[in-house]
Amino acid sequence: MSVAEMVAETMAEQVGRDEAAASTPRQSKVVGRDVNVFYGDKQALFDVNLDIPENQVTSLIGPSGCGKSTFLRCINRMNDVIDICRIEGTIEVDGQDIYSPSIDVVELRARVGMVFQKPNPFPKSIYDNVAYGPRIHGQARDRSELDNIVQTSLEKAGLWDEVKDRLAEPGTSLSGGQQQRLCIARAIAVNPEVILMDEPCSALDPIATARIEELIDELRERFTIVIVTHSMQQAARVSQRTAFFHLGVLVEEGDTDQIFTNPKDKRTQDYITGRFG
Amino acid sequence: MTDISPRRVRLGASDEQAAARLKKRYAAERRFRAYGMTAIGTGVLILITLLSSIVLQGLPAFHQTYIGLDVYFDPDVIQPGGDMSPQTMQTADFQSLARSALYHRFPDVTERRAKRRLARLISSGTDSALRDLVRADPSLVGQTATVWLVSSDDIDMLVKGLIDRNVPETDRRVKDDEVRWVDALSQEDRVETRFNVPFFTSGDSREPELAGIWGATTGSFLTLIVTLLMSFPVGVLAAVYLEEFAPKNRWTDLIEVNINNLAAVPSIVFGLLGLTVFLGFFGLPRSAPLVGGMVLALMTLPTIIIVTRAALSAIPPSIREAALGVGASHLQVVTHHVVPLAMPGILTGTIIGMARALGETAPLLMIGMVAFIVDIPGSVTDPATVLPVQIYLWADSPERAFVAKTSAAIMVLLGFLIFMNALAVLLRRRFERRW
Repeated sequence: MSVAEMVAETMAEQVGRDEAAASTPRQSKVVGRDVNVFYGDKQALFDVNLDIPENQVTSLIGPSGCGKSTFLRCINRMNDVIDICRIEGTIEVDGQDIYSPSIDVVELRARVGMVFQKPNPFPKSIYDNVAYGPRIHGQARDRSELDNIVQTSLEKAGLWDEVKDRLAEPGTSLSGGQQQRLCIARAIAVNPEVILMDEPCSALDPIATARIEELIDELRERFTIVIVTHSMQQAARVSQRTAFFHLGVLVEEGDTDQIFTNPKDKRTQDYITGRFG
Repeated sequence: MTDISPRRVRLGASDEQAAARLKKRYAAERRFRAYGMTAIGTGVLILITLLSSIVLQGLPAFHQTYIGLDVYFDPDVIQPGGDMSPQTMQTADFQSLARSALYHRFPDVTERRAKRRLARLISSGTDSALRDLVRADPSLVGQTATVWLVSSDDIDMLVKGLIDRNVPETDRRVKDDEVRWVDALSQEDRVETRFNVPFFTSGDSREPELAGIWGATTGSFLTLIVTLLMSFPVGVLAAVYLEEFAPKNRWTDLIEVNINNLAAVPSIVFGLLGLTVFLGFFGLPRSAPLVGGMVLALMTLPTIIIVTRAALSAIPPSIREAALGVGASHLQVVTHHVVPLAMPGILTGTIIGMARALGETAPLLMIGMVAFIVDIPGSVTDPATVLPVQIYLWADSPERAFVAKTSAAIMVLLGFLIFMNALAVLLRRRFERRW
């Protein structure tokens, strides 16, 4: 298949998806049903049922080792690379079971992007970092189109003004906060529908954190965002929905306001008031 | 932070005890440093002794004594009956021209044995030098010209002062009359030591003054090319598959254990394998760089696989996750990111493996690369020898002049090894990354 054909096909798919989304407004972008995850003999998640609404920020909170990152990494099948990891139950993105054999994991990850805890730009130029995803998916027909994707992605990530004169410099030469925004630009360059963020601010200083949080709020209009965070203030600031995990169990989920002001479960209340965690 | 000072009080019963204990600890550290420095000093001293003895022995070999003679290019010898065809030129006794020039220079030497000694002043290989002169300029025939000819090895050593003139004549390789002739010639400025170009441009020879290392160097080069071409792709592919793709099960464990064991197998065993499999079963040519390279490739493979796997596993998982996260396939993660990032480490390991292969002797002895080969090998199937084997051969030769040649060849080999290792260090420095 030629690159042009691949691009045409991807674009046709994209248009089809957009139409489907417009005609039948979907409430839940990602749906997890009875998700159980095992690392070898050890069970990490127990019967998690969670709906993640479209174009909103959903934060997953909970003490260390509660399974929130595990659940996040199930949504784009990042756990596949761990040999001993086994997943039961179903996770659907747009109504498609992502663990069914007909799903191509590479295509899934183009639709469900990810930003990691530690900024991890490739040791390549800033331009190549952002252009990498579109290149391997054949999303740009020529150089000018690729330039365009790189620019808009960096603009959306709020990094364009800082790096437009030094796109050829290595991505690793940026500061920590800039690197993390570069990673966000890299994730949105492939035009995903969902962006997963695994504690994206835990390695950053408060100012860089504020920048990223602002950015997350802006990105919400175009993307569905799931964020794992240790900081309850951050969850309260950036998210509309919050899910609280404890010991591999989804204890409570609901609107962020409700979770933080009027939690139904005793454990949630104890956690958000700082009694454990 | 605040509990440090109360704990300090708890440590020692009194200040004197604490001070004594501290002193003891410092003394122990000083002793340890002294041991370490002694160890390093011993090592450096041994290295210096070794290197200086090699250099001192080898240096004379880089110069060669030449004797200037008025040679009459006698037409009767070169082309009996006026025949100028290449065949007669090939068979003409050019050595006799040099001999006659010597007899002419010292007419008082008439006794047969003395004349034989006189003829031995110059190397027995001068005929080809004279033949080349006439080929280049046929008008020389019938003329007399001053030609500088390579002296024999004994005279060379005498001129360089390596033969003691005060030793009684019977115990000396060079007799009194030879010393007299050389002195007479040198008074006329007809004895010269020049830089020994033939040492670097010619192949092996039975005559020390004519023996060179170019044949062995070419053989080493061809052998290493074969080794690199065979072991690098196979080693890197095997390592990438094992590290990145292979399932972790009993079979891959078994393979891994075997690779580690192979790295420790004595090299001569690989030579035996090459002898029975490559020469015996497949009937490949004996003494050829092709077979030598294949044997050394077998020997180098485990090293390259182990080094490559280490380099691959040193790439932080965050880079793999980043690439997977934007939808790269497993192969793309490996070829776009992991292998390029590991490449400096892989190349460093490969160069060090190659350096080891360059210095290897034992397996090559088994497949016949120990033969005496004068011609410069032109391809990987020509008979050849390699530098370390050449050193071994020369070290085994009875002629005293080969002692210097051996050390000189060792210096050349060490030069190559230092160059390769420096290249490895340079690569590592140049491409070192911080995460």
